[in-house]
Amino acid sequence: MEIILALAIGIMGGSGVYLLLRPRTFQVIIGLSLLAYAVNLFIFSMGRLNLGRAPVIVPSHGSNPAFYADPLPQALVLTAIVIGFATTALFLVVLLASRGLTGTDHVDGREPEQE
Amino acid sequence: MTLLLIILLPFAGSLCAAFLPSNARNAEAWLAGLVALATTLLTASLYPQVADGGVVRASLPWAPELGLSFSLRLDGFAWLFAMLVVAMGTLVVVYARYYMSPADPVPRFFSFFLAFMGAMLGVVLSGNLIQMTMFWELTSLASFMLIAYWHHRVDARRGARMALTVTAAGGLSLLGGVLLLGHMVGSYDLDVVLDSGAVIRSHPWYPAVLALIAFGALTKSAQFPFHFWLPHAMAAPTPVSAYLHSATMVKAGVFLLARLWPVLSGTDAWFWIVGGAGLFSLVIGAYLAMFQEDMKGVLAYSTISHLGLITLLLGMNTQLALVAAVFHIVNHAAFKASLFMAAGIVDHETGTRNLKRLSGLYRAMPLTATLAFVAAASMAGVPLLNGFLSKEMFFSETVFLQRPDVQRIGLPLAATVAGMFSVGYSLRFIAEVFLGPKTTDLPRAPQEPTRWMLLPSALLVLMCLLIGVFPAQTVGPFLKTATTAILGADAPAYSLAVWHGFNLPVLMSFSALAGGILLYVLLWRYPAIRAPLLGRFDGKRAFDLAQTAIMSGSERALRALSSRRLQTQLLLVVGVAVGGALYPALTAGWSWGTRPILPPHPAFVLMWVIGAACAVTAAWQAKHHRFAALILSGGAGLATSLTFVWFSAPDLALTQLTVEVVTAVLILLGLRWLPRRDERFRLGERVPLSTRVRRGRDTLIATVAGLGLAGLAYAILTRPPTDGISPFFVERALSEGGGLNVVNVILVDFRGFDTFGEITVLGIVALTVYALLRRFRPAPESVALPRQQSEQDGADGGSEERLPDPAAPLPDGYLMLPAVIVRLLLPLATLVSLFFLLRGHNAPGGGFVGGLVLATAVILQYIVGGTVWVESRLRIHPQYWIATGLLAAGTAGAGAWLATEPFLSNLSWHGELPLLGEIHLSTVLLFDLGVYMLVVGATVLMLVALAHQSLRSHHRKAMLDRGGFV
Repeated sequence: MEIILALAIGIMGGSGVYLLLRPRTFQVIIGLSLLAYAVNLFIFSMGRLNLGRAPVIVPSHGSNPAFYADPLPQALVLTAIVIGFATTALFLVVLLASRGLTGTDHVDGREPEQE
Repeated sequence: MTLLLIILLPFAGSLCAAFLPSNARNAEAWLAGLVALATTLLTASLYPQVADGGVVRASLPWAPELGLSFSLRLDGFAWLFAMLVVAMGTLVVVYARYYMSPADPVPRFFSFFLAFMGAMLGVVLSGNLIQMTMFWELTSLASFMLIAYWHHRVDARRGARMALTVTAAGGLSLLGGVLLLGHMVGSYDLDVVLDSGAVIRSHPWYPAVLALIAFGALTKSAQFPFHFWLPHAMAAPTPVSAYLHSATMVKAGVFLLARLWPVLSGTDAWFWIVGGAGLFSLVIGAYLAMFQEDMKGVLAYSTISHLGLITLLLGMNTQLALVAAVFHIVNHAAFKASLFMAAGIVDHETGTRNLKRLSGLYRAMPLTATLAFVAAASMAGVPLLNGFLSKEMFFSETVFLQRPDVQRIGLPLAATVAGMFSVGYSLRFIAEVFLGPKTTDLPRAPQEPTRWMLLPSALLVLMCLLIGVFPAQTVGPFLKTATTAILGADAPAYSLAVWHGFNLPVLMSFSALAGGILLYVLLWRYPAIRAPLLGRFDGKRAFDLAQTAIMSGSERALRALSSRRLQTQLLLVVGVAVGGALYPALTAGWSWGTRPILPPHPAFVLMWVIGAACAVTAAWQAKHHRFAALILSGGAGLATSLTFVWFSAPDLALTQLTVEVVTAVLILLGLRWLPRRDERFRLGERVPLSTRVRRGRDTLIATVAGLGLAGLAYAILTRPPTDGISPFFVERALSEGGGLNVVNVILVDFRGFDTFGEITVLGIVALTVYALLRRFRPAPESVALPRQQSEQDGADGGSEERLPDPAAPLPDGYLMLPAVIVRLLLPLATLVSLFFLLRGHNAPGGGFVGGLVLATAVILQYIVGGTVWVESRLRIHPQYWIATGLLAAGTAGAGAWLATEPFLSNLSWHGELPLLGEIHLSTVLLFDLGVYMLVVGATVLMLVALAHQSLRSHHRKAMLDRGGFV
C-alpha cells in the first residue's frame, strides 16, 4: 500500500509541476489542483498508513490513541482543502479578468512571438 | 501622573484636531493653544520637584516579558528642554493662527503640530532608550507630514521626502546604537545607562555605539555632512520652520548628545566625530548663510551653523563647554524662532521672501523691523543680548581648550571667523529687508500685521533682552538645575555676567563684529559674488545622485535576478524546491525505513492506476482539450477522496468530494470565457523545435520532482511514527472538547482560532471574486453564445435572444425534467446539509461539508432553472450569509469572555427542558454554524457572480446590436 500511495503522490505531483510550467492559464489552474491533491495526500500520509482504525472516538474503547486514526494530519488537510478551493476560485477569476483585459490566455498577458 | 498627562494631552489634542471641520480655524487654534498652554503649566508646576536635583518618574508596564516598561523620567535638563518645547509650542500656535490662510486645511496642520509636540515631549521625557527612539522616529514622521503640508507643491514634497530619508536613516542607526548600548549595560533604562559610563567607554563596542548614535544625532540636527536636508525643509509653512526646524526638532540631536554626554564623552573619538562635525557645520553653515537670497534660506543655514556651535561645544569634552551648549540651546531657540516669525510676517504681508526684491520695509512695518533688529543682533552676538553671552562662553572655551598646538590656535581662529560670518549674514538679513530705499514692485503693499501675530515674536525678543541684561537673575537657576542634572554634584562653577573684564574672548567678539561689518560692506559692494569655493558644493545633488544610483542599481539587480515572465519565475521556484530537497539527500544519504508495510490491495492498486492515468492524461491534454482535462483531474480527485475513505478519514473524503463538485462547476462556468482552442493544432501544424525542447526540459523537471515526492513519501511511510501531539487531541477530545469526532473538535475547539482565520480568508476571497467580476469585461470574441447553445436553441425552434421566462413554473424544452428533479432536491439537500452540520461534533460531517452541500444544491437551481428564473423566486443574499457567519463565529468566540475565559473557549450547557427533554447547547455549535453559513455564502457568492456574467453579456450583446452604448 505504501508504495502505491507514494507513487500516486509522485505521479500527481509530477503532472502538476509539469502543468505549472506551461504557458496557458488553464494549464496552470489544472496543474495547481493536481499538485494540491498530491500535497494533501502527502500531508495526510504523515500520520502513516493504518487500516481499520476508528476515525471517531468509540466511548467503549476509551481514549487510547492506538485505536484511532491520527487526527492531526486530517485536521491540517481539511483546512488545506478548503483554502485550496478558495485559491482556485480566486485564480480562476484573475485568469478570466486577465483574459478579458489582455485578449490572451497566456500567463504573461501577451502572446510571445513564437509559441 | 502629571508626567503621563503631559505626554498624553498633545496626542489627545491631535486626535481631536483631526476631526474638526476643515474651515474651523479658530476652533483649531483654541484647541491647540489650550492644549499647549495646559501642557506648559503642567510642566512648569513640576519645577519644584526637579529644582534640587530631584527626578520625577512614572512607569507603566509595556512588554514586561522583555523587561520593557513605558517609563517617563524628568530631571532638570529634561525639564528645561520640555519647557522649551511646550512654551515655544504655545507661542507658535498663536502665531500660526494668523499665519495660516483661511483656504488652508488647518485640521491637518494642527493635528500634526500637536502630534509632533507629543512626540518631542516623548523624546525628552523617555526614561527608556528604546521608547525614546520610537518617539524620535515619530518626530521625523510628524516633520515629514508638516514639511509636505502644501503637498501640491513639488518643492514641499521633495523637501519632505529628503528630510524623512535622512532623519529616518539616522533614526534607524540610532536604534542600532541604542540596542548595542542596552546590550552592553544590560538594560535600556536611562538611569542604569547613565550610571555605566566607565563600562561603556572601555567596552570594545564603544566605537560602534558612538558612530551609530552620532550618525543619528548629527542627521537629526542637520550637521555637516548631513546638513543639506534642512534648507529644503524650508518649504514647510513658516510656523513649522520656527518650531520644528529651528527651536525643537533639530535640537533633538544635540539633546541626545547632551543626554548621553556623561557616558559617551571624554574620549578622542568623541572629540573628533562630534567636535569635528560641529566645527565644519559652524563654519560652512555661517559661510553659506551669507549668500542666500531667501530670508528663510539665510535662517536655515544660520540654524545649521548655530547647531554646529552647540555640537562643537558638546564635542569639546569639558564641563564648562557643556554648560555653554545647554545655554546656547535656549538662546538660539529664542532669537531664531523670533526671526523665523519675522520672515513669515514679511512673507505674509508682502508676498515675497527674496532679499533682492525686499528693501526699506522699516517705514511700512516699524514694529516688525524693531523686533527683527534685536533678534538679529542677538544672533550676531551683540553685547547686552543673550546670544552674546553664550557666544562669549564658547569663545573662552575655545581659548582654554587643552589640546595639542595646532588645535589650540586653529579652534579660536575658526570660531572668530565663524563669528564674523554670523555678523555678516545677520547684518545682511536686516539691511536688505528693512533698510535702504522703499521698493514699490512687491506683490502686496507691505503693512504692519495684526498685533496678535507680533505678540509671540515680541515675547521672545523680550526674553532675549532680559537674559542678555540680567542673566543670573533670569535664566541662571534653570541653567544650574539643567547642568547639575547632567553633570551631577561635581558641576563646575561658572559665572553668568555680562562683563568679565577685558580678556581674549572679548577681543574675539569685537574682532568678529568688526570683521563681519567689513565683510558685509564688501559683499554689498560686489553683489555678483556667489558663495565662492562652496557654491558648487551641494549636498542635495549628492543625495539625488545617490538616490538615482540606488534606484537604477536595484532595477538592474532585479532584472538580473528575476524575470517578469511567470514561467521563468515558477521554474525558479520549482528548481529551488527540488534542489533544496535533493541537497540533503545527496550529501547526507538516503535510505528506506524498516516499518512493516501493508500488503497492496488489488482494488486500491486498480483505483490508483486509473487515478494516475487520469492525472497524466490531464497534464497532457490540458492545453487543447480543456473540458476533458477538467474531468480527468476530477478523476484524480476522486481517487484521492477514496484514499481518504480507505485510511479512516471520512471527514476528509466528504470535504474533498464536495469541494471537487463545487470546483468543477466553478471551472466549467469559467471555461466559457476562455479563447477557442488553437486552430493550428487541429490543422496538424508542426510544433516548433524550441517549444519541443522546452517541453522536454519541463518533463524532465516534472519527473525529477515527482520521483522526489514519491521517494520522500515512501521514505517517511516506511519509518515508524514519532510521538507528536496527536495523542493529546485524541485523549482530550471527549473529556475537554465534548465531542467524539476528533478532527471536528480540533477544528472548532482546540484550534478554533485557526479556523476563524480560515473562514475569514474564505469570506475575503469571495468578496474579492465578486468585486473583480463586477468590472469584468469579456473578450469580444467570447460575447456570442457558445456554439452548442445556439445550435440547441435552433433545434428547439427558439430565437437566439431567448431568455428563460421567469413566470413559467417550469422551463420548456430539454430542461423540463431536470428542473423537476433539481427542485425536489433542494429541500432534501438542505436537510442533509443540516444533518451534517448538527452531527459534525460527534460523527463525520461539520460546518464545511454541510455548507458545501447546501451551496451545491443552490447552484444546481441556477444551472437548471437559469439565473433569471431562480432570482425571480429566491433572493439569496450571499453577502449577508458571509457577514452573519463571521458574526456567529465571532460571537461564539467572544462569548467565552463573559465567563472570563480566553477567546473561543468552549462553553456548554447541558440540561433538561420541558417538552424537549434532555438538551445540550454549546458555543462550539454556534461556531460551527458560523462556519456553515460563511461557507454557503462564500461559495454561492463566487458561483453566482460568475454565473451572472453570461447574463450581463446577453444584455451587452443586445445593446450592441441595437447600436446603444454599454
